[in-house]
Amino acid sequence: MISKDEKNFQLGANLAMVIVSVVMILPFILLVMSSVTSNTEITLHGYTFFPREFSLEAYRHLWHERSQILRAYAITVGVTGIGTLFGLGMTILYAYALSQPFFPGKTFFSFYLFFTMLFNGGLVPTYIMYTRYLHIKNTLWALIIPALLMNAFNVILVRTFLQSNVPQSLLEAARIDGAGEFTIFGKVVFPLAKPIVATIGLFIGVAYWNDWTNGLYYVTESRLFSIQQLLNNMMKNIEFLSQNANIKIDTSSIIGNIPQATVRMAIAVVGILPILIIYPFVQKYFVKGIAIGAIKG
Amino acid sequence: MKLRKYIPFYIMLLPGFLYLLVNNYIPMTGIIIAFKDLNFTKGIIKSDWAGLANFEYLFKTPEAFRITRNTLGYNFVFIIVNLLAAVTIAVLLSEIKNKRCVKLYQTIILLPYLISMVIVSYLAYAFLSGQTGFINGFLNKLGLPQISFYSEPKFWPFILVFVNCWKGAGYSSIIYLASILGIDQELYEAAAIDGSTKWKEIKYITLPLLKPTMIIMTLMSIGRIFYSDFGLFYQVPMNSGALVDITNTIDTYVYRGLINLGDVSMSSAACVYQSLVGFILVMFANWITRRYSKENALF
Repeated sequence: MISKDEKNFQLGANLAMVIVSVVMILPFILLVMSSVTSNTEITLHGYTFFPREFSLEAYRHLWHERSQILRAYAITVGVTGIGTLFGLGMTILYAYALSQPFFPGKTFFSFYLFFTMLFNGGLVPTYIMYTRYLHIKNTLWALIIPALLMNAFNVILVRTFLQSNVPQSLLEAARIDGAGEFTIFGKVVFPLAKPIVATIGLFIGVAYWNDWTNGLYYVTESRLFSIQQLLNNMMKNIEFLSQNANIKIDTSSIIGNIPQATVRMAIAVVGILPILIIYPFVQKYFVKGIAIGAIKG
Repeated sequence: MKLRKYIPFYIMLLPGFLYLLVNNYIPMTGIIIAFKDLNFTKGIIKSDWAGLANFEYLFKTPEAFRITRNTLGYNFVFIIVNLLAAVTIAVLLSEIKNKRCVKLYQTIILLPYLISMVIVSYLAYAFLSGQTGFINGFLNKLGLPQISFYSEPKFWPFILVFVNCWKGAGYSSIIYLASILGIDQELYEAAAIDGSTKWKEIKYITLPLLKPTMIIMTLMSIGRIFYSDFGLFYQVPMNSGALVDITNTIDTYVYRGLINLGDVSMSSAACVYQSLVGFILVMFANWITRRYSKENALF
């Protein structure tokens, strides 16, 4: 028997959450709607949720300019793939070693990892080292190596998971059977670690997919632009226009008939589309990962 | 002989060890740049020592105060607003009976967390743009004067707090929800038998039992209060010159000094300022966390 009080509460709680959800999702809807509105309507009335005049001219324009976009996509996909693979490998191996009860120097390797969470040199020395000494400016390495490969937080998550999910007795049994440490890692530990591997892989993958700072710091050549950097550069062009807003330039006459206002939104849609498509399927791994992180961070 | 059996572990540690060495530890030694009169033709080691001159220059500028104020001020407000928003969402989600609805809400509110700040700046632009923004279109319809957001500093504290909450509330609410779901259900059943109302259950069971998580999350944020979200303060205001006073934080200041102005001395001084104060704050936050709940402390 559900009381009236309970019924009212459920109604109120659901209503509140619907409002919160709408606030969260409205910007995305505006983005998508704006990308399919006709450019003239936007220049007259601004971006709108309810276009009077639909138009796919922005997407047609992007299709026309597809070589650069496809190139940026290929770079993002490649960098995300390579970065996630190597990052994941490094993270799991480091975490597995630390999850062992004893080996000489374990305290040192733990502290070596922890300390990176407490102190860092900051952008200036990092930038100087990578550009002046390691010469990664305007190479693909610049998008893969700095900052993203491995971080202490992920290592700790994996280590904690392994400590509570891989029983030492199992490893000891395998060792007595004469299996080498790498065989044990591949045949015993890795299968048991699959849930955390999926979660951490997603964390690293999203970090690579969304990264624009490495591009901003280390890449200036447009042939190496990732999709995020391409978006970022288009935004810079908007910056220029908006900061010179009092000089009323008729942009359409300079750049020809590019549907500027809608193309901006269309390319942003192209940028988040993969995330929007994949996200619902992998959502549970995210939620699990965040919740694990909460218990022991 | 004994050591040999540990060799595989050292091999496993090696890639991560080398990566942290390059990405984290070598740059740490680079803080000496802040104490040098850097000259690249001489190299970092051979450049002349400048003592504390770089810091003197930095703290004589009005910027030093402004970036400190902005970094601390915004983070302080973010911590409070996000705590309130995330706990409210988590409590609501835990109370809603229809689990399919809960899953849908959760999926939607986590979405902003997964997109880059570049995309966020596009979303913000769609609302705020001077000529084509949604808000100005709306004001226009009502016959109200238009607002050029990107040159009006007074709106930005609100916009940044909103955007930060919009992006981060979903993430934190999942952490709080996980913690609520860990609460013993018998407590609620007992309360229901005693005839307590929903509000009383939340006030006397859920919130008190959520307090440890709230304290730990807040302490972790306090440890990071000297660091700001570079993307939020650089991308979302679109690097607009008119907004610099109100949106410049230590991280954006360091970046602008380094890249745009090529002024390594001031930048590196600000960098070390951030690293050192940040280190002290993290140690302080960890010390309190340790006293409060040992297993949640970093070390």
